[in-house]
Amino acid sequence: MNAIVRQLTGLRDWVDDRFPLMQLWNDHMARYYAPKNFNFWYYFGVLSLVAFVIQIVTGIWLVMNYKPDADFAFASVEYIMRDVDWGWLIRYMHSTGASAFFIVIYLHMFRALLYGSFKKPRELLWILGMLLYLSLMAEAFMGYLLPWGQMSFWGAQVIISLFGAIPVIGDALSTMIRGDFVVSDITLNRFFSLHVIALPFAIAGLVVLHIIALHEVGSNNPDGVEIKKLKGPDGHPLDGIPFHPYYTVKDSVGVVVFLMLFSMVVFFAPEMGGYFLEANNFIPADPMKTPLHIAPVWYFTPFYSILRANTINFLWLDAKLWGVVFMGLGVMILFLLPWLDRSPVKSIRYRGKLYKTALAIFVVAFLILGYLGVQPPTPARTMVAQACTVIYFLFFLLMPIYTKLDKTSPVPDRVTM
Amino acid sequence: MGSVTSVGPPGDDPGCRGGHADIAEYVGDPDDMTDNTVDTRRRRFLTGTATVIGGIGAGFAAVPFIASFQPSARAKAIGAPVEVDISKLEPGQRMIQKWRGKPVWIVRRTPAMIDGLKSFSAGVLRDPDSTNSAQPLYAKNVWRSEKPEYLVLVGVCTHLGCSPGFVPEMGAAGMGNPWNGGFFCPCHGSKFDLAGRVYIGVPAPANLVVPPYEFVSETRLVIGVDKENPA
Amino acid sequence: MRRLILAILIGFMAPSWVLAESEEGPKLQNANVDLNDRVGLQNGARLFLNYCVSCHSASMMRYNRAAADLGIPESKMKANLMFTTEKIGETMTVAMQGADAEAWFGIRPPDLSVIARSRGDDWLYSFLQGFYADPTRPTGVNNAYLPNVAMPHVLWELQGIQRPVYGTEKDETTGKSVQVLEGLETDKPGKMTEVEFKKSLRNLVSFLVYLGEPAKLVRYRLGVAVLLFLSVLLVAAYLVKREYWKDVH
Repeated sequence: MNAIVRQLTGLRDWVDDRFPLMQLWNDHMARYYAPKNFNFWYYFGVLSLVAFVIQIVTGIWLVMNYKPDADFAFASVEYIMRDVDWGWLIRYMHSTGASAFFIVIYLHMFRALLYGSFKKPRELLWILGMLLYLSLMAEAFMGYLLPWGQMSFWGAQVIISLFGAIPVIGDALSTMIRGDFVVSDITLNRFFSLHVIALPFAIAGLVVLHIIALHEVGSNNPDGVEIKKLKGPDGHPLDGIPFHPYYTVKDSVGVVVFLMLFSMVVFFAPEMGGYFLEANNFIPADPMKTPLHIAPVWYFTPFYSILRANTINFLWLDAKLWGVVFMGLGVMILFLLPWLDRSPVKSIRYRGKLYKTALAIFVVAFLILGYLGVQPPTPARTMVAQACTVIYFLFFLLMPIYTKLDKTSPVPDRVTM
Repeated sequence: MGSVTSVGPPGDDPGCRGGHADIAEYVGDPDDMTDNTVDTRRRRFLTGTATVIGGIGAGFAAVPFIASFQPSARAKAIGAPVEVDISKLEPGQRMIQKWRGKPVWIVRRTPAMIDGLKSFSAGVLRDPDSTNSAQPLYAKNVWRSEKPEYLVLVGVCTHLGCSPGFVPEMGAAGMGNPWNGGFFCPCHGSKFDLAGRVYIGVPAPANLVVPPYEFVSETRLVIGVDKENPA
Repeated sequence: MRRLILAILIGFMAPSWVLAESEEGPKLQNANVDLNDRVGLQNGARLFLNYCVSCHSASMMRYNRAAADLGIPESKMKANLMFTTEKIGETMTVAMQGADAEAWFGIRPPDLSVIARSRGDDWLYSFLQGFYADPTRPTGVNNAYLPNVAMPHVLWELQGIQRPVYGTEKDETTGKSVQVLEGLETDKPGKMTEVEFKKSLRNLVSFLVYLGEPAKLVRYRLGVAVLLFLSVLLVAAYLVKREYWKDVH
């Protein structure tokens, strides 16, 4: 036993002389000091990483049997579901994983809103995170075309047509994205390439940057206290604990709980009532026939609702283009969050009523927008969507005012447990 | 969520002891850990247990991914047993049937060819009794077949996978001596007799493989299935 | 904080009652699919292969897979249920040419491999009971759940023939009275009683659900095993966490 340990230590030292192995380990795990007061909301970072790994591994396996060809794509997915041993499990893990990824990302982002994790000095961390979110949306959108069902086809058709709203270059641009005059085999091929090569690389790279940036500035915490300000005689933050072993063991518990919830969906409700796998997507793509009701997958629906909400032409643009502009702004405005928030405190614990109320209303509006996005539009629903769109933007546009006016309470020097 | 409990000077927080330093400093330090001493053995045991269970889980999780490399149902359907009509096969002739993407030969041997199989002296064939070669039990004989008249072989050289040619004539030119008819692999010169048995002094290590097969009637046989390997 | 979570929860539920929508079309009947009833599934397979596969394919399903999953001996499958191929490993293709079908019915009968996943079991169960006599249609029948259906009433011998019962209703926008289909009643009884027919359809739809996703027969059981394993792992991981976090608390 001791001989083996000595051998392994020897190997580690050999590598360490040639590669900063222990330095990396210490910088990011054993001597990365994280605040000791992380709560429930602090699991979703590591869970995003777990979801990413699940998607990459199952994706690699799916590509072994999937055929990115308009004539064979639909059948090849069913081939995976039936003829390939365990193919159904790998496919369900991937389809469930896509939704799970967005669930944890949304909760991760909400955590930032709760505790002001985007505020100085973490602005760049937030921007990298937003870039990850954008890449993930592109990744999911392109991946959704691959099963080549009716929803895949018409979803892509509708979203790509959005670019047609852009004046002058719009039509040429959407034709160029498709590589054809309609969504076709050519589109499928390029989306496949982007989905399995380009975007996963981009996401992996951004994940590394996101983590490096995080470990440079240090993690925020539910109190929004900068633990680096108070260091003990040993030079480590008084309120910090080494990420390893404390958070590795704690996150393991979170990961197991996540895997349990994930398994419940994979094994017992992979369609999730039509929200994760839609019934219409079990009909092969038919460019001649649009399904009666098409809606994007749930994770896009808040922005889809914003897109549909605007029905009036104003200024010199028409309603369709304004819808596209609002949708784009709806995502982009999130990038500005670190500069919109003027509050002296980070955490919601020490903020006043104004921010708490604003955040609650915002979340409700966002969820209603998400719900409306999966429903067929009616005049009443459109009005609700319009109201929620206004609320969505007011949350950001008024933020400099209400965060400044807000009555905050004093922030302690040390974190609370 | 909780309110602010202690806003005291740094380091004056008895409830949060140990948070700011390496655990190593506290291991086995009874003065500092009066109420809950670190039990290293318990710690190691629990970590080990969790690691083992997690490792088993990882092992289970790997099963579907590895098993998915098995031939799929489609591959199996394509590689399903094939039924062959041999009524038109004349004595001395060979026919080729595709099975699992590989050529399978069916040779109807003449009485002279059958006699020729027995006449080899020791030292000509590498494995005359097929002890180190692959064939069903009913083909582990001099003819390497169920019925002496019909030879069924996978036509793939046991050396590096080429498909040998059929050279049925006795004493054919260039085949050396003795040659009672057989198969010659053009890739690396391996030679086999009319039972698929490999000669000595050639690169192929073993006799040609006999696939499972079964006669469903006098003139029809199925390749890929027999009593030991039902479809 | 707690109030915020509460607000979010209410936000989740609010839209569902504010904007609850009414179902359109005739109400669907509950198919009560039972995938544990093996005899029922076998009966469903028999009905499917006898009545459906003459026009519809199930090009993703292999005969030997169905035989193995449902416990039908391969010899029986070959002898009694395979009409278009003699190879047990083949998929359930159809003898009818697509072009012929288009000439006869106006459309190509859809492949039924995943029909239960796109239409849903209740819809299929209702649809198959919804045929009624309508002399204006080329097939002589119409369907309450899929008006102007191109498909003939294949199961008429079993079900018999139904006639429509109409009522009148006032159109809210025009104010005119319009004729609406209120229900169906038996005109000529078939070989089966209504109870027998419904049971057969239930078997058929259960088979279609199986056909849509053969893995359904194993995934629930496997899921239970996985969750049991993960709960053990959860306990172990939690004990480790609690042990280490003694340092912090």
